[in-house]
Amino acid sequence: MSVKFQINGKAVAAKSEPDTPMLWVIRDELGLTGTKFGCGMALCGACTIHVNGQAVRSCQTPVSSVSGKRVSTIESLSKNNSHPLQQAWIKHDVPQCGYCQSGQLMSAAALLSTNKNPSDADIDAAMSGNICRCGTYPRIRAAIKDAASSMRKA
Amino acid sequence: MTSFTKSEIAAIESVGTPKGLKASRRSFLKTSAIGGGGLLMSFALPFKSAQAAGTVHTPNAWVHISDTNVITLISARSEMGQGVYTALPMLIAEELNVDFRKMKVAIAPPDAKVYGNPLVGGPQLTGGSTSVRDAWEKLRVGGAQVREMLISAAADKWKVDRSELKAVDGSVIGPNGRKATYGQLAAAASKLPVPEKPPIKDPSQFTIVGKATRRLDTPAKVNGTAEFGIDVKLPGMVYAALEQCPVIGGTVKSVDSSKAKSMPGVIDVVQIPDGVAVVANTWWRANQARKALAIVWDEGAGANVNTAAMYEGTRAAAKSGTALPLKAVGDADAVIGASQNVVRAEYVSQNVSHSPLEPMNFTAWYKDGKMALIGPTQWQDAAQSAIAKEVGLKPEDVSVKTTFLGGGFGRRIDIDFIVQAAQIAKAMGGKPVKLVWSREDDLTHDFYRPLAIHTMAASLGADGKPTAMTWRHTGQSITGRVFGLPAAVQDPLMTEAAIAGYDIPATKHDVVKHDAGLRVGYLRSVSHAVNVWANEGFVDELAVKAGKDPLEYRMSMLGKGPRYTNVLKLAADKAGWATPPAAGRARGIAVMEGYESYLALVAEVSLDSGGAVKVHKYTVAADVGYMVNPDTVEAQIQSSLNFGQGMALMQNITVDKGRVQQTNFHQFLLPRMSDSPPIDVILVKSTEKPGGIGEPAVALVAPAIANAIAKLNGKRVRTMPMTADAIKSA
Repeated sequence: MSVKFQINGKAVAAKSEPDTPMLWVIRDELGLTGTKFGCGMALCGACTIHVNGQAVRSCQTPVSSVSGKRVSTIESLSKNNSHPLQQAWIKHDVPQCGYCQSGQLMSAAALLSTNKNPSDADIDAAMSGNICRCGTYPRIRAAIKDAASSMRKA
Repeated sequence: MTSFTKSEIAAIESVGTPKGLKASRRSFLKTSAIGGGGLLMSFALPFKSAQAAGTVHTPNAWVHISDTNVITLISARSEMGQGVYTALPMLIAEELNVDFRKMKVAIAPPDAKVYGNPLVGGPQLTGGSTSVRDAWEKLRVGGAQVREMLISAAADKWKVDRSELKAVDGSVIGPNGRKATYGQLAAAASKLPVPEKPPIKDPSQFTIVGKATRRLDTPAKVNGTAEFGIDVKLPGMVYAALEQCPVIGGTVKSVDSSKAKSMPGVIDVVQIPDGVAVVANTWWRANQARKALAIVWDEGAGANVNTAAMYEGTRAAAKSGTALPLKAVGDADAVIGASQNVVRAEYVSQNVSHSPLEPMNFTAWYKDGKMALIGPTQWQDAAQSAIAKEVGLKPEDVSVKTTFLGGGFGRRIDIDFIVQAAQIAKAMGGKPVKLVWSREDDLTHDFYRPLAIHTMAASLGADGKPTAMTWRHTGQSITGRVFGLPAAVQDPLMTEAAIAGYDIPATKHDVVKHDAGLRVGYLRSVSHAVNVWANEGFVDELAVKAGKDPLEYRMSMLGKGPRYTNVLKLAADKAGWATPPAAGRARGIAVMEGYESYLALVAEVSLDSGGAVKVHKYTVAADVGYMVNPDTVEAQIQSSLNFGQGMALMQNITVDKGRVQQTNFHQFLLPRMSDSPPIDVILVKSTEKPGGIGEPAVALVAPAIANAIAKLNGKRVRTMPMTADAIKSA
């Protein structure tokens, strides 16, 4: 009675109850703790992951719903911080406490996968589901634009 | 019960050492250094593992150097976003002459004698925007001490005079090309006496301190490897979810846990004084089973608390309570009584929650009379001593290891959740237990920012300036709860920024303490936020009454405060104060001193079609004295404005029948990207000693917005939060 899917390119079979949110499968069963628990109600975005390339809130995504799908977490962006978004986050020194930033980066990555040159309004729309209690928003905005620019040049 | 094994100790030690910030093995848990390299045992785990290559030497409490030349700064303060894991290494490295980017950072174990914070009265506490101010001389002297000891060790070894030696980039260099790394000298250096007054640089000679510098902890925070308390993993670890009484302070009358115990993954159900914990093999299972607990509560006296009554009681106390005098100049009451031109106002501040994004959590492991605690805390020595007392251990048998904090804002000064984790772990003897609160637990069991009522009056002279002012803050003393401050003693954490810099011939400031009934705690900027709200709203009212420009009015009364007028002018000029904003917008201004820093803010706002405030731009000028890392100063100002905006416009904790009504972020709103306007930050170059900057700007947001609204539509809002409804009814 396991659910099979890919996580960060690797095939896994999760044994948690089928209604278990992906957040807890990822954190407690698969041991990937970069994805964070913030609210449990899809209100804060700290748990954002990609399922088949789409940004979703893993706290409201039952494991049964990802059967056969591709799941990506912050750990997939790059381990050595080579992804343009990670580079831009470092350049702008975005994080403060850092707790929300995995979710911010995953939402930003989903945005840039479909929009190579996001406007302020595009960034507002894509990122307003992600709360940063430290208020790093001005730097997130600047870093997304910077990353988009370097991705366009690449 | 058996003791902690070698591999278990290694597991505890390996927590919280992300890439790039890897701590030396011995720096956690085992030792902190005192004086001349003597080792103070601050952790009592039986430490049997052989030291691998790289034995760590401890010339003083702040610097650990391994034989392999790994240099570790011991941080006495928790990293909760404010940048201490970067600013503190910069201060040490400046005098130690090492590349601070190659230094490692480790958090200090609890030991207030060595790592205490005199700026908050001695405890080992991260708060009060004190970390850099406290470290400013301490760590430069600490770095210089070690530098001098390393030079002396080299002089002894090479039998040359100290004057022939230099400490450069992690090595001591002598005549004829002689060179030894700090690591090669550390063992000998650690046996030498610590020089009391080593020479330190004048700030004009700094090469590291004062430059905008990227944070050392950023790389770990962009790839998921930074380890927060909630991420702790230990062998055999189990997870706990705790059901607490919906009324804070209520206790368990009876519990039927039979259904919960039969649910998947559940290991045990444990009753502790604060409630009933379900322990399971994942947190989700523990929290699901928690919902199956049938608990009968004794709700206690708290069940009668409601918000309307809290305000009513506070308002009554404002009229008839015992006033603790703060400052009196002349006879302000008499001057106001005799005046024909009096302005009176009441300013209201609401209860709010800290809501750091990482919910409260802690991991505790009890074995053989020893307790290991790992997690996010702002107050290490209180955690150690309180937990020792609660679970019946000696303090030296309780270790505290601090992870990254997923936000603090004052919430993690309290240790309720650490006590709970320790109690559950003791009951589960032998198994490490990670207690995690849900968001609902966090919002409904906070120690809230106290509500406050400010009663203000002023008389205006013929020139429109105040001839007298009276000021009363009625609210709840947090220091009474946290530190046992007697009711009859003035609470300095209720009077911050109470006395503004304005020249007013007669003034009377006093405070009435009133326990409104909800438990309260220190929240970012503490009483600055309520006092500046009242002061800067009220002075703006006086300017309007006097028919003066709010900026000119303030400037004309700040003759003795050049740091105030400087930031006011800088912010106003940059914001274009002299030119009108776009149609439908208005600008408001506010100024303050807090934590020895001076700041002015201009907020440009409009009201949307529903009457809600939209902030278009913030312009802030800050004179925070000498800046160790100007980029962090800017980041903390950006952060504080966002934090203040939530309090000003969105947030309100209310209580009914003792229950906090806001359970998650759909009811307790936090500013989002779409609420976040551009921010211009002007930093004043200064050689004054550093002020604090983690908090003060929070306090400027509400008055600057209220003052802009007044300009926009003539309505004076005196109640937070300034929602569309509050503005309409103002």
